[in-house]
Amino acid sequence: MIFGVPLIQMLILVYAATFDMQKIDMVVVDKDLSSTSRQLVAKFDAIPFYNVKNAVFDEKFAEEMLLKDEADIALIIPVNMERNLIRDNEAQLQLLVNAIDGNSAQLAFSYTANIIAGFNKNLIAEWKGTPEFAPPAKVNISESYWYNSELDYKWYMAPGILAILVTLVGMFLAGMNLVREKEIGTIEQLNVTPIKKYQFIIGKLVPFWLIGLFDLAFGLVIAKLFFNLPMVGSLFLLFGFASVYLIGVLGLGLFISTVSDTQQQVMFVSYFFLIIFILMGGIFTPVESMPNWAQEVNRINPIFYFMRIMRMVVLKGSDFFDLIKEFISLVVLGITFLSLAIWRYRKTA
Amino acid sequence: MEKIITVKNLVKKFGSFTANDNLTFDVFKGEIFGFLGANGAGKTTTIRILCGLSSPTSGELKVAGFDIYKETEKIKQNIGYMSQKFSLYEDLTVSENIQLYAGIYGISVKKRKEKEAELLKKLDLENAKNKLIGGLPLGWKQKLAFSIAIFHEPKIVFLDEPTGGVDPVTRRKFWDLIYEAANNGITVFVTTHYMDEAEYCDRVSIMDAGKIEALDTPAKLKEIYNAKNIDEVFLKIAR
Repeated sequence: MIFGVPLIQMLILVYAATFDMQKIDMVVVDKDLSSTSRQLVAKFDAIPFYNVKNAVFDEKFAEEMLLKDEADIALIIPVNMERNLIRDNEAQLQLLVNAIDGNSAQLAFSYTANIIAGFNKNLIAEWKGTPEFAPPAKVNISESYWYNSELDYKWYMAPGILAILVTLVGMFLAGMNLVREKEIGTIEQLNVTPIKKYQFIIGKLVPFWLIGLFDLAFGLVIAKLFFNLPMVGSLFLLFGFASVYLIGVLGLGLFISTVSDTQQQVMFVSYFFLIIFILMGGIFTPVESMPNWAQEVNRINPIFYFMRIMRMVVLKGSDFFDLIKEFISLVVLGITFLSLAIWRYRKTA
Repeated sequence: MEKIITVKNLVKKFGSFTANDNLTFDVFKGEIFGFLGANGAGKTTTIRILCGLSSPTSGELKVAGFDIYKETEKIKQNIGYMSQKFSLYEDLTVSENIQLYAGIYGISVKKRKEKEAELLKKLDLENAKNKLIGGLPLGWKQKLAFSIAIFHEPKIVFLDEPTGGVDPVTRRKFWDLIYEAANNGITVFVTTHYMDEAEYCDRVSIMDAGKIEALDTPAKLKEIYNAKNIDEVFLKIAR
C-alpha cells in the first residue's frame, strides 16, 4: 500500500496534470497563394507539433472551425502578403485564436508568432481572439529555456507531485497511527508508564519519517525511469531538506491527532490543511502570481517551501546557500509543529 | 501498618455527574485490596485517577508516597496497571510486547531476557513467544497483561476487572498469579464485580453510586451485615 499508491499516483498525475500543449490544430486561409505563403504553410506542416488542416479560402469557414473546436488557431494570410513584404519590407498576418482556455490560447499564439518571426522577421502576426481575450502585452521570444530546455512539463510536475505524495503518506500515516491507539486503548497502557512526552512523540515520528524518506527515494527512481527526470543538484542535499521538512509535516500530523479522538476527525482536519497547503503551495499556479495575502499565508505553508526546494534542487541544481531562506523556514516550522505536538499530547486526561 | 495509598475527600465530576462522591480510604502496603461495586458505581474512575490517567476534581491523594498532582511521573515509575480493555499491542508478538514495556521502564537487556524466560515458562507460553498476541485465547492474554503490568516490579499494581469474560478455571489460575505477586510484596488494588473473588481479598470496599458504603475484611463485613457471603452483603448495600 505504502509504495503501490504513490507509484500509481505518480504515473497518473504527472501525465494527466500537465499544461503541455500536446498538439495545435491549425487551419490556414491562404489568400495570397504566393511562394512565400506556401513556404510559411509548409514550415508549419513540417513541425510535428502542428496539425495543419486542409487549407480553406474563406475566413468564415475558419472561424466556424474555431467555434466548433475543430481548430485551435487560424492563420490568415491576406492577399498581396508577398508583394507587401517585398515592396514595403513589412506585411501583416492575422492569427485567430480559440481563446476558450486562456492559458492554451496564449501558448498557442506565442508559439505560432515565434515561428512566424523565425520565418521572416518582417512578418507581423496580429492577434485576434475569439471570444474577446486580452492578448499578451508583448510576445517574448526567448532563444532558450533554462533548466528545462525541452519544456517538458512532466519534469516540472514530477518533483511537485512527489513533494505532495511524501507529505500525504507521512502526515496521514502518523496521524492515523496515534489516534488509532486512542481508539483501541493501547495508549492507556503507555500513559501509565513513566515514558516522557517527547519520547512518545519522537517514537511515533521516527518510523513515518523513515517511510517518508524511503517514499521520496522510491518516487525519484520512478521519475527517472518513466519521465527521465534529470537530477541536476545533490541528492544528499535533497534528502537533507526532506529530513527537516518531514519533521514539520509529521509534527503537524501528530499535533492534529493529539487533539482528535477518532480517525474521522484526523482525516477531516488533515484534509483541511492539506488542500489549502497543496493548492497554495504552487503545484499548478506559480506562487509569484498569487495575490499578496496568499503569498503571506504561504510563509507557514511547509509544502510551498518543499515544492520550491524539490524543483530548484532537481531541475536547477541549486545548492544549500541558494535555499538558505527555505531551510530556515523549514527548521522554524519543524520546531513549531513538533513542539505543538509534544505540548498537546496529554498523558492525563 | 504502612499506608501506600491515601485518599482523602476525592471528588470527580464529569459535568454535572458526580462519579466519585467524597471518597476517603487508605490502602496498606502488601495487601490485596478489593474495590467492589456494580457497573457504573465509579470504580474505574477512581482507579484511573490513582494511576494518573485522569485528574481529580478535588481531594488529597498520595500513591506510593507521591502527590498525585505534582509527582505524577514518579508515581508512574512505581505502579503497574491493567485496564479493563485489553491494551497490549495485538499486532506485536508476546516477546515484542515484553521488550517494549521493559524498555520503557528502563530494564536492562540482560535482566529482561532472564525474566522473560522465567515468565514464559511459568505461564507455559514458551511456544507462543513469537506469536502475535492478537491470536491468543483471552485467558492467556489476561495472564500476560497482568505479568507485563508487574514486569518492572512495581510497588502497587492496579487491576481493573482483570477477570472479565474469563472462565472460572482461568479466573482461579489468575488469582494464583495475584497471590504470588502479593507474596512478592506487591500491593494489589483490584476492582471486580464477581463477589466470590471478593473473598480472596484482604480487605474490600463496596461502592454504590459514587460512594463507598462499606470497607472492611470480608469476614467482618459478613458479620456486620449478617450475611452468608459477600454476595449477600453486596445485595443488601446496593438496594
